[in-house]
Amino acid sequence: MSVMRNIKKKAAIVGIGISNFSRDSRRTELYLACQTIKAALDDAGLTPDDIDGLVKQTDDACEEHAITSSMGMGNLTYFGESRWNGAPSAMVMRAAMGVAAGVANYIVVYRSVNGSSKRRMIPSMRTSGQMSTSDMLQWTFNAPFGHMSEAGRAAMVVRRYMYEFGVDGDQFGWVPVVCREHGAKNTNSMYYRKPITMNDYHKSEMVVDPLRRLDYYEEADAAAALVIATAERAKDLKQKPAYILGAAQSMVTETEELNSYYRKNMSTLPEMTQVGKKIFSMAGVSRKDIDCIQLDDCYGPFVPMQFEALGFCNQGEGVHFCSGGDNIRLGGLLPLNTSGGSLGEGHIHSMNHVIEAVRQIRGTSTAQVKDARLLLVASGAGGPASGLILGGE
Amino acid sequence: MVMEYNPAIPLLRPHIDLDNQGFWEAIKQHKLVFQKCKNCGLLVHRPRPMCPRCNSMGKEWAPSTGRGVIYSWVNFVYANAAYPGIKVPYLVVVVEMEEGVRIISNMYDAKREDIYIGMPVEVTFDDIAEDLTLPKFKKRAV
Repeated sequence: MSVMRNIKKKAAIVGIGISNFSRDSRRTELYLACQTIKAALDDAGLTPDDIDGLVKQTDDACEEHAITSSMGMGNLTYFGESRWNGAPSAMVMRAAMGVAAGVANYIVVYRSVNGSSKRRMIPSMRTSGQMSTSDMLQWTFNAPFGHMSEAGRAAMVVRRYMYEFGVDGDQFGWVPVVCREHGAKNTNSMYYRKPITMNDYHKSEMVVDPLRRLDYYEEADAAAALVIATAERAKDLKQKPAYILGAAQSMVTETEELNSYYRKNMSTLPEMTQVGKKIFSMAGVSRKDIDCIQLDDCYGPFVPMQFEALGFCNQGEGVHFCSGGDNIRLGGLLPLNTSGGSLGEGHIHSMNHVIEAVRQIRGTSTAQVKDARLLLVASGAGGPASGLILGGE
Repeated sequence: MVMEYNPAIPLLRPHIDLDNQGFWEAIKQHKLVFQKCKNCGLLVHRPRPMCPRCNSMGKEWAPSTGRGVIYSWVNFVYANAAYPGIKVPYLVVVVEMEEGVRIISNMYDAKREDIYIGMPVEVTFDDIAEDLTLPKFKKRAV
């Protein structure tokens, strides 16, 4: 007998808030959003601490981290979006799906627009000399100081990590070396037959000190796609299914994309820690059961940080775990990014990491782990994070 | 070395809005201030409409002592990873202020070799253009 097939009466709207309508609100969109969300929470008898999900209209200027930082929401597990002005009911549907599936308990749906006064945050206009952006909290306080590129923002986090755990920059080289080793075997890789050595790593030039060229991914033109179906339907289709055993996403207090400088600890990945807890608990497996791992390697130094955040080693030991490459290469304890990852295959925002995990389960990888049954994929190191545990049965 | 701006490229100016204008108006007056909640006293940076601790929307601007230490730093070396309007190399720092909040800024006049995490610094103000003043930091004697 099939399980729940629709969400009828699984969810309800329990709080409402609406501002006045005016031709000039004299408030920013973020101010209006916070005020109105607070009203809806008061109506429901809940507080920002209770909220573990946010659903927005895709183009809304108030991004999730602006809401969470202003309102003090500390542990979020569900995010949804819907596009165009036909959105609101779809946004409610996204929220209903979230609570019905048990991914979050109390989800806020919001919309905020200064359509009349035009006191709006508008997309970045870098070439005009006037910087204005929908990401005001971040760009206003970064860009005038020349702290703009992801390259620089990642480097700032790594410097603090190096200081706190006594890591010398040279030690980060093993991750790019192993990823390129794996990518060199992959005929679809941008780096097919082009491995690198630690010597190459040491010689690569500084980009944003302490990070050097081979610490970073290169931009690429690419696309990737997946098809997902229910486990029952999967059995009737052509390929061996890669079952989704664990899936989670997370933002915590003051999470921003490569900009979480303002919270107590800047050298850890608390969002990734939350993701790890959820996916292992959902899948009902332990770390030693994982046969192969695909981590976000846009910035090589974030890989040891992910091993730590996901609980594969203690805080500060990630670099030691990767040192020499033996633990993380094919044949080792926990083979990493076996198609090459962002550093060794190409950059398509870690979609290739999911695809490689599927290949490992099917037995079709170019660097196949023997009897690969359980794969962990982690995405979004250094900001809002997510992760999967995929299994062959 | 003092930061050098490329005159051919527009300066990046902060997007000033109703929530942050108190901060930037103070900077123009060569004062460093931080948002303080009128209800519970929490200091936050960057400015935001609501206090994340008590959700009050009442706020005031509390003067900073201007003193802090370097919490982290980077040196932009490769021009294509930096902003073309500023000549490389230039330093960007995260400073932890005595009050406990952190702020992104530049060193006004410093060399990469002299910077370290924990270095005591104090704020100074750089009038870069008629409509743009930025807080920057210099080494301070303890």
